[in-house]
Amino acid sequence: MSFPVLRERAEVADDTVSVTVPHPRRRRARRGGSPWVAAAFAAPLVIYLLVFYLWPLVRSIDLSIHDYTVRAFVQGDAAFVGLDNYIAVITSPTFLPALTNTTLFVAVSLVFQYAIGLGLAVFFRSHFPLSGVLRGLFLVPWLLPLIVSGSTWSWMMNSDNGIINSVLRAMGAAPINWLTSPDTAMTAVIIANIWLGIPFNLVILYSGLQNIPADLYEAASLDGAGSWRQFWSITFPLLRPVSAITLLLGLVYTLKVVDIIWIMTRGGPADTTTTLAIWSYREAFGTGQPDLSPAAAVGNILIVIALVFGFVYLRAQRRQENS
Amino acid sequence: MNTKVLRLTAVLATATVAVGALAGCSGGTDTGGDASGTYTWWDPYPQHAEGSDWAKRVQDCGTQAGVTIQRTAYDTTALTNQALLSAQDGTSPDIILIDNPAVSTLADTGMLSTTEELGLDTSKIEPNLLAAGELDGKTYGIPIGANTLALYYNADVLSAAGVDPSSITDWATLDAALAKVSATGKKGISFSGINTEEGSFQFLPWFWGAGADLADLSSPQAVEALSLWKGWVDKGYAPNSVITNSQNTVWEEFLTGDFGFAENGTWQVNSAAKAPFKTGVIQLPAKDGGAAPAPTGGEFIVAPVQKDTARYETTRKIIDCMTTTEGFVQTADTFAYYIPPTEEGQKELLTEHPDLKTWVSAVQDAKGRTSDNLGTKYPLISEQLWTAVQNVLSGVQSPQQALDAAQTAAQAATSK
Repeated sequence: MSFPVLRERAEVADDTVSVTVPHPRRRRARRGGSPWVAAAFAAPLVIYLLVFYLWPLVRSIDLSIHDYTVRAFVQGDAAFVGLDNYIAVITSPTFLPALTNTTLFVAVSLVFQYAIGLGLAVFFRSHFPLSGVLRGLFLVPWLLPLIVSGSTWSWMMNSDNGIINSVLRAMGAAPINWLTSPDTAMTAVIIANIWLGIPFNLVILYSGLQNIPADLYEAASLDGAGSWRQFWSITFPLLRPVSAITLLLGLVYTLKVVDIIWIMTRGGPADTTTTLAIWSYREAFGTGQPDLSPAAAVGNILIVIALVFGFVYLRAQRRQENS
Repeated sequence: MNTKVLRLTAVLATATVAVGALAGCSGGTDTGGDASGTYTWWDPYPQHAEGSDWAKRVQDCGTQAGVTIQRTAYDTTALTNQALLSAQDGTSPDIILIDNPAVSTLADTGMLSTTEELGLDTSKIEPNLLAAGELDGKTYGIPIGANTLALYYNADVLSAAGVDPSSITDWATLDAALAKVSATGKKGISFSGINTEEGSFQFLPWFWGAGADLADLSSPQAVEALSLWKGWVDKGYAPNSVITNSQNTVWEEFLTGDFGFAENGTWQVNSAAKAPFKTGVIQLPAKDGGAAPAPTGGEFIVAPVQKDTARYETTRKIIDCMTTTEGFVQTADTFAYYIPPTEEGQKELLTEHPDLKTWVSAVQDAKGRTSDNLGTKYPLISEQLWTAVQNVLSGVQSPQQALDAAQTAAQAATSK
């Protein structure tokens, strides 16, 4: 930039300052004057948080510590049962498999979503013709309504006339009962979920990459570092804060996944794809008789799990800031 | 400091909104009209918009009773939830048309008035259809029509395989027919074994047709019925996808022309007529011959309890208007898939549409899922039943193991 431009800016800045700085005492008086105004400005946010965050949470806890049968729900006389619902949920034969399924679903999904998302982000860092268009195309899974992508996946994975099995047959391999065999159903829904999660990881990690100064790479290549070395010594460590928040958000999103599994397998066959979220949804809405209390208990257990990871993230963040 | 607090709030908030949405179902409704000249009406037919024949019929019944009807249409599952919420708020509509297995669930909450309280005459309704609305000796509504399941067949596929549909009278002859169809390279049959209510709905004709009873899921008859389905999948008569098929998927498979038979409902009559091949329909056979009872589908007209009991008089008039013989036949015509629930209505429908004969007898042989005073226990039993079907078809358990487990779980759930 040239000098005249800078000087012009400086002059304008000087003028503005001299005109707008008010008398110190007056300023103080105005600031301390009306706490009501401050409260009024905060009110919309506070009300919003109370109505949309606190109230559902309170209601969910309320549902889980009472015995809300359908009758009690209408008549409003649900008996207080304390932690009985939680005890029933945890001792239920569905709990351990559901917890295992949730862990497997979340862990495998996150690892692959993150690894593939990061790989693609690094790939798109170097601009080449049509890279923008290609990057845009990778966002498609994000833009499609879940009912569309879920139905498409279950159609592709159909045992008899799905396209995946047609390809397998054409190559001479044995077709796989993706969604109808207890051995492969979990793999099938994880594959679909990974596909869904890649765009999210790609977008956040790609924007994180933009913040890494290009001169670091220049310096590294002058020192003779290859691209592999550059990735592990520059990209990966400098991307750590962004990676952490990506993984945390991914975790929360994946924990609560209901739609894709529900559309593809409804938690079956034989509960092999029943995660905690699916279990909660099924108790509440999946049968002819809503069981709201156990559903709320399972939902609250999920909230606690998400919170625990939130705190792990906060601690890691604090340690990094201190170091 | 500030950013830390903010970040903590953000983490809390994200976690809460993420999972809270699962459990916290709430919402309000204030459509319970107080204006004396306006009566509120909910039904599960959003496909019939304002200005449609159906909407006009509803309005006509209001006009005859001297009031205006404010009609709101919901999706079937949303309707039950809305009904429960409105009852909790004390803002129930005057009339609801609700899916028959939900009647006992609503009745159990005390939110429905009985037909006796309203002064409705139910003597002409076929007892097997009315049963779904009965709980502990009281009747909570009137069916406005009924539909059920039967066996559609592809006449072209059958004649190519040398199968005469009229020869299918029991399980053995059906099995033989499926073997012949499979031998020609086509698939024998498609049905829905999905792990939702639809799966139980489709399994019940075989379950009841073997002589089993919902009170005992692990009886030898029940095992026979489930072994029949498992055998079809194992022998390749039915595709493996039946495990995840919904009834709609079954129908789509049938329309490809690659199937000999498909188990499906009255609501596909029009679609079957438009199929690119010749179709026919027979009743689902029972194990040892004769027709198996299939579960009834269709809506009941019910009247939620109102604080102002003076409204019942007009409500009764509106319901009466919907449930005359003419009214039933009109409803059947409007929807093209409803069989009237009275003998007179059925006769009149048959003079207009003689081709619906199989469906009329299927409805006469049908059985309500919540009948036998199962009421609100049915959904709990049904969940165990479809779970057992899933476990067997996917090869996790043998029919006996799965049904034993289902019976134990159903007993535990219903004795709570």
